[in-house]
Amino acid sequence: MSDYYNKLADRVRERFGDRISDCHVQYSQLTVIIDKDCVLPVCEALRDEDDFLFSECVDVCGVDYLEYGDGKWEGPRFAVVYHLLSVEHNHRLRLKVFLDGEPPIIDSVTSIWTSADWFERETFDLFGIVFDAHPDLRRILTDYGFVGHPFRKDFPLIGHVEMRYDEQQQRVIYQPVSIEPRINQPRVIRDDHRYVDRASEADENTGNGDNASA
Amino acid sequence: MEITPVPEIRNYTLNFGPQHPAAHGVLRLILEMDGEVIERADPHIGLLHRGTEKLAESKPYNQSIGYMDRLDYVSMMCNEHAYVMALEQMLGIEAPVRAQYIRVMFDEITRLMNHLMWLGTHALDVGAMTTFLYCFREREDLMDMYEAVSGARMHATYYRPGGVYRDLPNAMAQHKYSKYKSKKEIDKLNAARSGSLLDFVEDFTSRFPGYVDDYETLLTDNRIWKQRTVGIGVVTPERAKQLGFTGPMLRGSGVEWDLRKKQPYEVYDKVDFDIPLGTEGDCYDRYLVRIEEMRQSNRIIKQCINWLRANPGSVMLDDHKLAPPKREEMKGDMESLIHHFKLFTEGYTLPAGETYAAIEHPKGEFGIYLVSDGANKPYRLKIRAPGYAHLAAMHEMSEGHMLADVVAIIGTMDVVFGEIDR
Repeated sequence: MSDYYNKLADRVRERFGDRISDCHVQYSQLTVIIDKDCVLPVCEALRDEDDFLFSECVDVCGVDYLEYGDGKWEGPRFAVVYHLLSVEHNHRLRLKVFLDGEPPIIDSVTSIWTSADWFERETFDLFGIVFDAHPDLRRILTDYGFVGHPFRKDFPLIGHVEMRYDEQQQRVIYQPVSIEPRINQPRVIRDDHRYVDRASEADENTGNGDNASA
Repeated sequence: MEITPVPEIRNYTLNFGPQHPAAHGVLRLILEMDGEVIERADPHIGLLHRGTEKLAESKPYNQSIGYMDRLDYVSMMCNEHAYVMALEQMLGIEAPVRAQYIRVMFDEITRLMNHLMWLGTHALDVGAMTTFLYCFREREDLMDMYEAVSGARMHATYYRPGGVYRDLPNAMAQHKYSKYKSKKEIDKLNAARSGSLLDFVEDFTSRFPGYVDDYETLLTDNRIWKQRTVGIGVVTPERAKQLGFTGPMLRGSGVEWDLRKKQPYEVYDKVDFDIPLGTEGDCYDRYLVRIEEMRQSNRIIKQCINWLRANPGSVMLDDHKLAPPKREEMKGDMESLIHHFKLFTEGYTLPAGETYAAIEHPKGEFGIYLVSDGANKPYRLKIRAPGYAHLAAMHEMSEGHMLADVVAIIGTMDVVFGEIDR
């Protein structure tokens, strides 16, 4: 499988040239990273050209890289990830676009794949990524009148407001959360010394291997 | 110039749900109607949004398996399967063959459960009561299988990275005698449960084709059923692909696409089965496709039973970094105790990177996109739910149809809000 995707990666590189900033195969999956300005032409070519024929857009989602690797991430904060599937050729492709700015803005691909409609609405709702020329960019999963974008890493897990029924006002009201931000979060480990080879690899990268003891 | 008065024409806006029995959970539909004809359907979803993906970001990998059951709460083990597959891909491990056969068998049992639920409720929405009762009778047996193997009737948490939680049990739980059922009835129920789980499953697979025949007698040539489903919600193959359809929704439109065949995982390439296809792409074709899928699932389960009988063995990798050690070992061995403690408090780390694992879920393609930054919990987990893409096509499928057809279209989509709202 990996061979097939290496060849597909070559074809993608050949076709799009310098519009691709990175193109690699991992776990037999092809990831292509492109610049945000060329989303529409690249997507259209991927859908229509005989080599690719990605007729289905299976998924669109956002990723917030704010806390990636414990804050070691240098680069644009957001990414939009498209998962494409070709029913005709039986292959897949992951398209990644990095975004910065507030709000991050990217062209909508709804004109290329209708299925992107709701996926983009969801990404807007949860990450606040704005899709330019989307026909109906409303919130979809969160409540009517919700404030904020809950899947961003700086949004707390317990949220900002809670909801209850108020006897006096005879209606449901919102109020600031009253619970303690007590999250049963276990210790985060990154250098897993139980895998010796991986730990030594991490040592080389960080020059910090003295906490690897049983 | 005199202006002739135009009679005022007003479109209705109708609120459908969220507490409507045919809304299959908590779907709120805003329907703009011209008389009884739908002009615009706008589904409002998210009433069951629990933030599963965000919750998973704060937990070690294994602790999120249980959340997966609660996504599509009528096909629990299939959800787990996709998640566990994503973990296995990144860990670079493969489950023992016996575990793979068990997974395939339970995936198909799950498919039966899901399709029975779909058939029962879909028929009930359209007006057929009997099918519902029949389907739930069979689901009871399937849930007993879940219970025998995992201890829970629905939310099993049975699949683990590296295999399955435990091997198939040699005994089934028996019904107790009580004053509510006659002794004869209880004995009849217990007769199939006297042997091992595999005996029980085998007994079920021999009975099941007869049950499917029963459903078909009630529906397939039923005039009312055909009037309600033939020509309703037609989707062409081109549009189906555009709309991101997968699974029976895509096959109903005549596109030959099944991940079990096209991108086989586990041991699907070693079992024999066919993919049914529709021709018209309407609700009736999708009904026929799913009915045939049940027969094919039954075939797969039979093959798995034969293999599992002949090949005993391990169902979990013998790697205590991923799988807990045996209870007895823990009592006497310090190393095992440490392993157990480490596994259940910290879990394990995944190398930095990203993967997308997809399986042929009863509803379509269920995918897990996992981003890891090298920690013991996911950095980002995205659940690709098949029902989400299907429901997004609600407007396109129902435009120009009557109000009563909306119910048939919701039914044919097989929506479950646990997975759509996540």
